[in-house]
Amino acid sequence: MRYAMAIDTKKCVGCSDCVVACQLENKVPIGYCRDWIVETTSGTYPDLTLEFRSERCHHCANAPCVRCCPTGASHIEEGGVVLVTAEKCIGCGACIASCPYDARYPHPDGYVDKCTFCIHKVRKGEQPACVEVCPTHCLYFGDLDDPNSDVSRKIKERKYKRLKTEAGTDPQLYFLI
Amino acid sequence: MEEEIIISGRLNEKVDPLLHIWGWEIAFYLFAGGLAAGLLFFASLSYLRGKENDYTATVKWAPLFAPILLVLGLGALFLDLHHKLYFWRLYTTIKLQSPMSWGAWTLMVITPLSIIWCATFIRDIYPNWDWKFKFLYQIENFFIKYRKVLAWVMVFYSAILGIYTGILLSAFNARPLWNTSILGPLFLASGLSAGAAVIVALTKNEIERKFFSRIDLIIIGVELFFIIHMFMGFLASTQVQIEAAQLFLGGSYTLPFWIFVVFIGMLVPALLEYLELKGQKIPVIIPVALILFGNVMLRFIIVYAGQASRYLY
Ligand code: SF4
Ligand code: SF4
Repeated sequence: MRYAMAIDTKKCVGCSDCVVACQLENKVPIGYCRDWIVETTSGTYPDLTLEFRSERCHHCANAPCVRCCPTGASHIEEGGVVLVTAEKCIGCGACIASCPYDARYPHPDGYVDKCTFCIHKVRKGEQPACVEVCPTHCLYFGDLDDPNSDVSRKIKERKYKRLKTEAGTDPQLYFLI
Repeated sequence: MEEEIIISGRLNEKVDPLLHIWGWEIAFYLFAGGLAAGLLFFASLSYLRGKENDYTATVKWAPLFAPILLVLGLGALFLDLHHKLYFWRLYTTIKLQSPMSWGAWTLMVITPLSIIWCATFIRDIYPNWDWKFKFLYQIENFFIKYRKVLAWVMVFYSAILGIYTGILLSAFNARPLWNTSILGPLFLASGLSAGAAVIVALTKNEIERKFFSRIDLIIIGVELFFIIHMFMGFLASTQVQIEAAQLFLGGSYTLPFWIFVVFIGMLVPALLEYLELKGQKIPVIIPVALILFGNVMLRFIIVYAGQASRYLY
């Protein structure tokens, strides 16, 4: 099993609903976020291209955060989901420094927190909160090992890019372009 | 010109807009560890070279600072932790891939070793020292008998400790400035140079002082070589590392680095030590203080600048 997410940058309008849904679902402390919107404008005026990306932890297949964690609090669970066990985390910050995407943050309670792909919902057969709420249906979540999953089909149909692959992380967010 | 503007709605404290997860605590931890490594390395090596009674400052006096530095360093590391109650979790696992893990274990091994080392010499330094209990004398005798083994273990562990202070940072490929393997040898050299400097300040023996002044000069030369090498490596590397190097070549860390670390912390004390060796009257405390200052600054600047260096989008 290999969980992954595809994000359709052509459909995303940057409304931030995914951010709010995550904050509510996961009781993210005020002022913090586990997912966020990046808006890029590129090109030379007047030929400008706008792109919206809903970003979060890439659940890297080669995760530096897991490698650097001294206690094993950061670990890889079923389906390649990268998680933090709060009771094992000493809050040393090594994983935060090791993430090229800055996808982690120090929770005010001391441990380090990040996107979990809403594994608690996924185990019950539901979708992650961000995927459920997205009004343009631009997020696709599922198992890459299953050729019929939403995410597998989207990746087959469309062109995509992954971010900062040069950092050697083998990220599992696929941005459809 | 092709331009890309990125607007991100994220503002996580300590992560945005620039990473600032590590502050003075880690910088101090690296400095204290490096200096302790230098002191213990020279102490055990000089002992193995049979200099126990010639280089008394090196073998017997200077190591007294090591346990203090190590405990202070561990204290700083502890302060840096955000989930302090779970500190003990560091010592319920060994994760070889995580420098933070094996570094914490190295400290756990070398701190007691350094205390034992000092204890076996305490009656040489304070002849009136009384261990009070018979079994303490027995323990002392045991370790004095095996001092040579102890010294070998300490040479080995102090070198690991010195290198570790650099590798802790170089393991993070997300921060291009840290992600260079030369940081290990550079921090080791810098710790040795600080150790030699402290010995120079402590000793009253002319031969010992001259010897370690010379050693210090050589190490500073090696350090400068490493620094040049580091920048050559960066500039010949990928865009992210070129940009990391720019922090020191025109960017915001240019002046602090070249003035505090290289000029005041290395070149000036090297020149003073050289002149002093040539017979000029220069109080050794001046170059020694400058070297220690440069050492601290190197740690601070690399820890802070590294967090400002990042991958492009
Ligand atoms: S994106 Fe960052 S936090 Fe997520 S798995 Fe990769 S390195 Fe770890
Ligand atoms: S902060 Fe917690 S999860 Fe991160 S590396 Fe340290 S112990 Fe592991």
